[in-house]
Amino acid sequence: MSGKTLYDKIWDAHLVHTDPASGDALIYIDLHLIHEVTTPQAFSGLKANARRVRRPELTLAVADHNTPTENQAAGLEGVRDEAARNQLAALTRNVAEHGIEFFPMGDVRNGIVHVVGPEQGRTQPGMTIVCGDSHTSTHGAFGALAHGIGTSEVEHVLATQTLRTQKSRNMAIEVSGQLREGVTAKDLALHLISVIGTAGGTGHVMEYRGDAVRALSMEGRMTLCNLSIEGGARAGLIAPDETTFEYMKGRPAAPKAGAWEAAEAHWRTLFSDPDAKWDRVVEIRGEDVEPTVTWGTSPEQAIPLSGNVPDPATINDPAHKAAVERALHYMDLAPGAPISGTPVQRVFIGSCTNSRIEDLRAAAKIAQGAQVADSVRAMVVPGSGLVRAQAEAEGLDKVFTEAGFEWREPGCSMCLGMNPDILAPGERCASTSNRNFEGRQGRGGRTHLMSPTLAARAAITGVIG
Amino acid sequence: MKAFTTLTSTAAALTHKGRLMANVDTDMIIPKQFLKTTEREGLSRGLFFELKTKADGSPDPDFVLNQPAHQGAGILIAGDNFGCGSSREHAPWALLDQGITCVIAPSFADIFHNNCFKNGILPIALPAEVCEALAEQTGGANHRFTVDLEAQTVTTPEGATIQFNIDPGRKQSLLEGLDDIGQTLQAGETIDAFEARRAHETPWLQRRAS
Ligand code: SF4
Repeated sequence: MSGKTLYDKIWDAHLVHTDPASGDALIYIDLHLIHEVTTPQAFSGLKANARRVRRPELTLAVADHNTPTENQAAGLEGVRDEAARNQLAALTRNVAEHGIEFFPMGDVRNGIVHVVGPEQGRTQPGMTIVCGDSHTSTHGAFGALAHGIGTSEVEHVLATQTLRTQKSRNMAIEVSGQLREGVTAKDLALHLISVIGTAGGTGHVMEYRGDAVRALSMEGRMTLCNLSIEGGARAGLIAPDETTFEYMKGRPAAPKAGAWEAAEAHWRTLFSDPDAKWDRVVEIRGEDVEPTVTWGTSPEQAIPLSGNVPDPATINDPAHKAAVERALHYMDLAPGAPISGTPVQRVFIGSCTNSRIEDLRAAAKIAQGAQVADSVRAMVVPGSGLVRAQAEAEGLDKVFTEAGFEWREPGCSMCLGMNPDILAPGERCASTSNRNFEGRQGRGGRTHLMSPTLAARAAITGVIG
Repeated sequence: MKAFTTLTSTAAALTHKGRLMANVDTDMIIPKQFLKTTEREGLSRGLFFELKTKADGSPDPDFVLNQPAHQGAGILIAGDNFGCGSSREHAPWALLDQGITCVIAPSFADIFHNNCFKNGILPIALPAEVCEALAEQTGGANHRFTVDLEAQTVTTPEGATIQFNIDPGRKQSLLEGLDDIGQTLQAGETIDAFEARRAHETPWLQRRAS
């Protein structure tokens, strides 16, 4: 018998049963993260059927998707958008009614759901974690099986603490060697998606392996796993190791001394056996990854910073050609033009992909002593109140504000533009977020995804480069 | 959830320059400004909002669902990787509100695909060339297709029958319109047993209820 992958091990440990009629598996959920946008209909479903939340203590709520990024201390009254305020009020009512822990807007522990879980130590190796947000894959950085679900599934998890699902296939992403100086986890993730495509991981759980992955910090690992979904995968995983344990020690919800030893002993069993069977393997040489940016309207439309955008005239496949033409048109880029030197009007440093302290430090290093170009409006939105406080303790807020960046309060902000932070039509943005879809950051807005370092550089110089 | 058994309806194809659009993402299906609702109904207003409205807010007559021949189309045909992007269930809710209960595409993104089955929408995966051929037959107001889930067939307006595959469990729950939660709660004892074992084997995962 061949060995098990890490995914197989977590799956087997959480399998409650397999439904004989449907063939669906019932998987137990260790942590259910919720936020205001994808839950109101789930709670009303519970109410309509007189159902309770089965394990409120395994659920954690934050307010992040449509919170404004200023004046949060004013609470709900400070939210000017009525619909957003209603959603936030509904969440506040629902968590109170069901006894769910909640970090409301203005609480220093509040922030983007995928920043908060790890920061609080709620995210732990070997867990199953779900949330009504596709970037739940972020938590896979700890060796937890974590993925996004829809609102009907949110309701199912609230009522039963289980998820009906089917097993995915195993995919190994082997990144050998080392990333070069100045190349980050974001560059690696974008490079990988440009290689496999946005549907490349469909039906699979990806495990990131190899020396270049092991060398990443926890925060870099979170950035990498965060983008698994953009490669179509259900989830991303990295086996826990010393880096993981070091990061977790002392976090508020991490196991305390006494319980820690047993937990760590268990976590050390969480790796893919050497003889595990992979359905698919993708190999990447760490040295081959360059600083990478997207040029188009899909995360797979990424090229090295030194590269040129494609020229449809050289593409034979009609479907591919049509997609490239549409993206170039939307992005207002000339066929075959170098990406470097493209002027931007906006810069967004934030989102669950790149809003943690290391990201802010990397951006501040570029901003130190420099000035944001006159033609650019640049924003820094920390991932949580605690990240913001840490950055302020290190004086990073001063570095940013003195350079002309706006220093905002935490939330999803311009990652999806549900709050007032959006692009105007035709505006071009250097963004550290995860999606460059048409209209994602505002109708007609043009998004180029990149690392915090490159985004900060674009803010200073006014161009991608 | 409403059951899905058979559907006879016109179809609308999402095309760009004569080819089915690939990677139609959930931001495109329903943009963020429509996600601030606490209801499931009324979302057709936002369905394909940026494709169906011009910048000045008026309807774009070129968009397929604005054309008279496609009013009331219950079937949508699109390109590869339909529904990629966010987990928002507002996407299937908006389709449902529009009266679309079947989507045909070469492939679907994972979460969207799941969400369809929770809402009585049948996603049918067929080879790209078959989807393109079906799209070509969506032309007139009387070009009706029939989808038969039990038989797993799509019948074209010209009368050709195409077979599709579907997971048997999912087929059953769509046919019966089953309530997932109700079913799972019937297995309550197995969940209790699992929780007892979990408390014993991974005690650090226990948390006190507040
Ligand atoms: S930052 Fe963006 S991707 Fe992350 S949770 Fe918020 S909306 Fe989703």
